[in-house]
Amino acid sequence: MNGPALELVCPAGTPAALRAAVDAGAHTVYCGFADETNARNFPGLNFSRDEMAAGAAYAHRAGSKLLVAINTFPRAGAEAIWHHAVADARAAGADAVILADLGLLAYAAEHQPGLRRHLSVQAAAANADAIMFYAETFGVKRVVLPRVLSVEEIAAINRDIDVETEVFVFGGLCVMAEGRCSLSSYATGRSPNMNGACSPASHVVYTEEQGELVSRLGNFTIHKVPKDAPAPYPTLCKGCFSAGGQTGHVFEDPISLDAAELIPRLAKAGVTALKIEGRQRSRAYVSAVVKSFRRATDAIAAGRPVPVSELAHLTEGQSSTLGAYRKAWR
Amino acid sequence: MAPLSSLVPQFPQVGARMLAPLPLGPLSLLLGRAARGMATRHPGLFTRLGAHSEKRFLIDPTDLPFSFLVRPQAARPRIEAVGALVSPTWDCRIAGPLAALIGMVHGAYDGDALFFSRDIVIEGDTEAALALRNALDDAEIDLFEEAAESLGAPGRTAGRQLRPLARAASQFTGVALTRAEDLL
Repeated sequence: MNGPALELVCPAGTPAALRAAVDAGAHTVYCGFADETNARNFPGLNFSRDEMAAGAAYAHRAGSKLLVAINTFPRAGAEAIWHHAVADARAAGADAVILADLGLLAYAAEHQPGLRRHLSVQAAAANADAIMFYAETFGVKRVVLPRVLSVEEIAAINRDIDVETEVFVFGGLCVMAEGRCSLSSYATGRSPNMNGACSPASHVVYTEEQGELVSRLGNFTIHKVPKDAPAPYPTLCKGCFSAGGQTGHVFEDPISLDAAELIPRLAKAGVTALKIEGRQRSRAYVSAVVKSFRRATDAIAAGRPVPVSELAHLTEGQSSTLGAYRKAWR
Repeated sequence: MAPLSSLVPQFPQVGARMLAPLPLGPLSLLLGRAARGMATRHPGLFTRLGAHSEKRFLIDPTDLPFSFLVRPQAARPRIEAVGALVSPTWDCRIAGPLAALIGMVHGAYDGDALFFSRDIVIEGDTEAALALRNALDDAEIDLFEEAAESLGAPGRTAGRQLRPLARAASQFTGVALTRAEDLL
């Protein structure tokens, strides 16, 4: 069957990664400014105002769109930083902004009414009532769904809403209520939701101890990985802990999402756009993953089966999961 | 747990043994010259590095008998070759096969993926390592071109003539000797 055209929304943490995404066939690229207004506020990453404008021009010349993520929650007394980011995204030529905070959504709707608004996964809108509240109150046109929903739940949501939905299909898998998780804040004193970095590198230490790779976040040892095992990201939600005489991954194994094989079902469930995670990754990752998923969306549009994914070497844990889409836990 | 897989070629041991007795002073001079040229041609590197440009990075190819101490500092960037018996002080150490380290700079490998597969090891200041990785990835540096540039007009001419050879060698060895985009 020929499915509806699915939009591929791809990450870019630098101008070089943006060009790699566009050249690899991204329909849309999402980026952030180099400050605390976005949830990938990592050292050496993101865009100046001039780089964002140049990135938008590069994307538009190739027929791609540019979205700007302003998806952290403004600090009291510092709201102007986030307000300026919305205005600067518009000035740079962004096709939409991705927002999470109620106040910032209200600000954008009032002061930049012509700028399309998407709801970030950070807002954790996971049912039709919540989504329609955002749509009716702030004119949100698209919602990025949390990574805790099954395909059946996504289909149910799409039946009851009249805005677009975007779902993650590849990359780091956050299994928490995004925008509300405080695990990293607890360990480091810095909030992913306000400062823009989960497990900030300033608080991460790796050491080799007796052949094991030991990862620490703040004062917490979160992994001890044997010599021949893949290394995980230093996130608490995928940490390996000992308690009550047992050792294991309490929340989730350190593996990545790869839902390529589910794309036909996601299309049937009414999804508009497929999102690739990884603004913190290199242009090599962006190029390889975008090419792979563009082949997949083109195949579906032409009524062909989805090609086999060959991206395992790029994933955390060097293996992948279908995550909550094929729900075996909750 | 998935088995560990690596795509990275190793520098031949015979070659490494032949390099071991070579004096590192002349190499450091050439590297310093290349570093200053790189800083001029890629000023964006320092914007992305920010305060980390003052840090000392030990880039340690584990299959070579020496490593590189990199001090990016915009005023006078330096790269110094240091022998295996020397233990310089560093803020951050990034270690792995030479092909992995070059491949990261050239955009052929993803740094996180090399970390997952244990091909590279990071020690010390993780934030500085991340800033360096991101700055280099955005700069789209071509080390082959930088080496040619550092030798002036004769180097540029030789570089142009040798580039097809470098591409062929990349394909033969699996080592990205020039930027990945150049090898497509």
